[in-house]
Amino acid sequence: MSMTESTYRIQGGTGEWEVVIGLEVHAQITTNAKLFSGASTEFGAEPNTQVSLVDAAMPGMLPVLNKECVRQAVRTGLAIDAQINKYSRFDRKNYFYADLPQGYQISQLYHPIVGEGKIEISLDEKDPDAHGKTIGVERIHIEQDAGKLMHDQHPTMSYVDLNRCGVALMEIVSMPDMTSPKEAAAYVRKLRSILRYVGSCDGNMEQGSMRADVNVSVRKPGDELGTRTETKNVNSLRYIQQVIEYEAQRQVDVIESGGDIVQETRLFDPDKNETRSMRSKEDAHDYRYFPDPDLLPLELEDDFIFDCKASLPELPDEKRARYKNVLGLSAYNAAVLTAEHETAIWFEELLETTDEPEKIASSAANWLTSELFGALNKMGLSIEKSPVSPQQAAELLGLVADGTISGKIAKQVFEIMLETGDGAAKIVEEKGLKQESDTGAIEKVIADVMAANEDKVAQYRGGKDKLFGFFVGQTMKAMQGKANPQVVNELLKKTLGPAG
Amino acid sequence: MAEIFELGIADIRSGVASGDFTAKEVAETFIGRVSAAKALNAVLVETPDHALAAAEATDKAKAAGETLGKMAGVPIGMKDLFCTEGVATTAGSLILEGFTPQYESTVSSNLFKAGAGMLGKLNMDQFAMGSSNETSAFGNVISPWRRNDGGNTDMAPGGSSGGSAAVVSGRICPAATGTDTGGSIRQPAAFVGITGFKPTYGRCSRWGTIAFASSLDQAGPMAHDVRDCAIMLEAMAGFDPKDSTSLELPVPEWEAGLKSDLAGKRIGIPKEYRVDNMPPEIDALWQQGIEWLKDAGAKIVEVSLPHTKYALPAYYIIAPAEASSNLARYDGVRYGMRDLPDGAGLQDMYAATREAGFGPEVKRRIMIGTYVLSAGYYDAYYTQAQKVRTLISQDFDKAWESCDLLLTPTAPSAAFGLGEKSDDPLAMYLNDVFTVPSSLAGLPAISVPAGLDGQGLPLGLQIIGKALDEQSVFNAGLALEERAGFVAKPEQWW
Repeated sequence: MSMTESTYRIQGGTGEWEVVIGLEVHAQITTNAKLFSGASTEFGAEPNTQVSLVDAAMPGMLPVLNKECVRQAVRTGLAIDAQINKYSRFDRKNYFYADLPQGYQISQLYHPIVGEGKIEISLDEKDPDAHGKTIGVERIHIEQDAGKLMHDQHPTMSYVDLNRCGVALMEIVSMPDMTSPKEAAAYVRKLRSILRYVGSCDGNMEQGSMRADVNVSVRKPGDELGTRTETKNVNSLRYIQQVIEYEAQRQVDVIESGGDIVQETRLFDPDKNETRSMRSKEDAHDYRYFPDPDLLPLELEDDFIFDCKASLPELPDEKRARYKNVLGLSAYNAAVLTAEHETAIWFEELLETTDEPEKIASSAANWLTSELFGALNKMGLSIEKSPVSPQQAAELLGLVADGTISGKIAKQVFEIMLETGDGAAKIVEEKGLKQESDTGAIEKVIADVMAANEDKVAQYRGGKDKLFGFFVGQTMKAMQGKANPQVVNELLKKTLGPAG
Repeated sequence: MAEIFELGIADIRSGVASGDFTAKEVAETFIGRVSAAKALNAVLVETPDHALAAAEATDKAKAAGETLGKMAGVPIGMKDLFCTEGVATTAGSLILEGFTPQYESTVSSNLFKAGAGMLGKLNMDQFAMGSSNETSAFGNVISPWRRNDGGNTDMAPGGSSGGSAAVVSGRICPAATGTDTGGSIRQPAAFVGITGFKPTYGRCSRWGTIAFASSLDQAGPMAHDVRDCAIMLEAMAGFDPKDSTSLELPVPEWEAGLKSDLAGKRIGIPKEYRVDNMPPEIDALWQQGIEWLKDAGAKIVEVSLPHTKYALPAYYIIAPAEASSNLARYDGVRYGMRDLPDGAGLQDMYAATREAGFGPEVKRRIMIGTYVLSAGYYDAYYTQAQKVRTLISQDFDKAWESCDLLLTPTAPSAAFGLGEKSDDPLAMYLNDVFTVPSSLAGLPAISVPAGLDGQGLPLGLQIIGKALDEQSVFNAGLALEERAGFVAKPEQWW
């Protein structure tokens, strides 16, 4: 078992340093409406076209909780095996800023909706021997997003877009359980996969649906936790790793040159690949959190939680185990097919075409991870956009399984399917690609091949058994690849007799 | 027959229904009263067109034989805390100057649906913070009442619903909306000799009402008498899905349930409400109230509300805390005043706008609220005040074991002259000493005019009831009203 990644260390002048990482992931909840208003949440709309009176904080407006957001947060909590708090409450976090019309963000400080949970990560899901680890989740709470400031629209003024203002976020706070950039990336990747399975967040980091505040500290192995810094709003897996690498090294350098780490908020500059101080603890806002008097405490009924639980799909860890143990897939295939929910859905739709999925699962998985992924990759398409449907793929694989076509011909048929959208059987029929299994016809071709290559026959019979492949090749070639290779093998062995 | 302007809701409604006069005549009468009362400074925006349109709709509906609404043909005054569509709304503050809502508050909308029209937007203490109307940015309202000493001292109408109190007592509007956070309906009602009702917290939607302290704010009627208040509250109240704290309950038929026979009712007299320095006239009136309720068949019991003395301090922590956050939205960005000094950045604009837009009392409360929520002080102030609030609620719960209603004075004094208390915020805060505990507990309460003091100024008695038991509060109020026979009105000097 490879344990190298668990011992990620910064080599300093005074020895080795250990890195301690905790992540606060902000995940936008997938809903049509905002957390406390009916305004739309669709991405990419014209600025300030999705703003209700509540979002704009007009006088006398009141928030009304969107129940779907509660449901999604609870489902997410259940998916990471977390405690669901039947009593939670919303608090106001008060500060003035142009992207926050109310002058406060409604969040959950004192009583979050979801308590402690956990996420299993693996540094390489596709490698059955890769290092695995459990990362604790401290809490998940629901809160409002703020608006967006645009500084590049006018020479002296900033513009404000309130479309995001009030959009529902889950803040998923991890324990400081990660000790390397790769672990942090694996955690975010796994969290993203779970969120997408649950359907509570689309995980789209480019569009800002998921972003992380990265907490980093360093210490000598075995020491107490060091002072941490928090780098805000990091929005890609690569940047998260870069922030950790940069921050850990910077902290080691500061400490080793006699300085102290200041607890502070930092910003990541991807162009320069560095973090910069935003504000220190002394300048930190006093947010004056207090319970929002416009909202009643949120009390969840057992039935509601039960329904949330019942609505969860099979999650990636269970699914991977089932693919391996029940369907007999390789660890690699099981990992690849379960990493994205859409892939697993596609795969399972394919399996649904048969009553005995175990029989075709392995060959289908192999085909999917090589042929289909290869083709989609080339076309730049995601699996949901695949021009070949799971049912069409099943038809193609069925033709291979029952010997109608060979694996080689199948590749050819697949190419045509991608181009024309036609079904496999139709293509095989029209193009005459049916595999020849008639022993008479094959025997005749073998006889011709042997007659044309009498010297090689003699050499083979004289002990040069490697020539067997030559005869297979010649026979297949003469039959334009349509001969059933198994039948060809058997007949050749019989006709040529033993080598030597 | 009385003049139209002397009539209240019930009389106007029946007069319109029976054809004694048209709704239009009523509207025109009060429109004239409003425009002739400018000296009182009670009306910030006159809306004669609104009142006329509603009246015409009522007359048309009547002519067509349609069933008329509860408030059909009754024009009312609207406290300027309610957002009214297309009509400037300021909450008595410069910071909202120029703001015209594109939406109608639920309470005003409910009243209009019931057939009421609007005569105007009424002056008030800025953001409902005040007990004398002197914190209004648009000048204080002057009470129609004067002392009987022959002088002409301008009297405070009470607050924060001072404009509402003035127009109803001056017979300038037959009724008006008020809001009550710590006594803002009841204290002005007592000061001007009218009836004011604060329902159970959650009865009236807060949607579209400019927030002062969300956990305390409640709208209610201010009118001539108990029956009018019952009619008007039926029209105002009701569940509103847009307000999460609104009660999901049907609105009872309070008017139909009015009954002044209190046989079987137990009235509690809280001993802690006998405060030091209470004028003997108020104490005497309280004793008189006890006799009246006995006469109505009630049994009188002494009760204790031991945490009463902590109510005012707790209120002046909780209400400012909520206000400091509720008022953060007035930043000069989207509506109302903006003060953008040359070269100012964002924070400078916030500071300049809020400095210029908020009056001193509002600033004082924002600062108190900000302080009590600050790191290091939160537990000592805010958390502690919330604990006190719970204890005060428990005091009432305990009292309800031995009584059904409480009788207290509404305010510790009669109206005072404008300027007499304005330089002493603490003295001003004491006006709410009898009204704040029931606000903290969210209980329904009424102030009924019960007599005059030696200076000829009105005094009110307060009935406090159990949550949701508005009916008993109305009924006890009616028993007091019948026995007090309060008919005094201010002499028209304006």
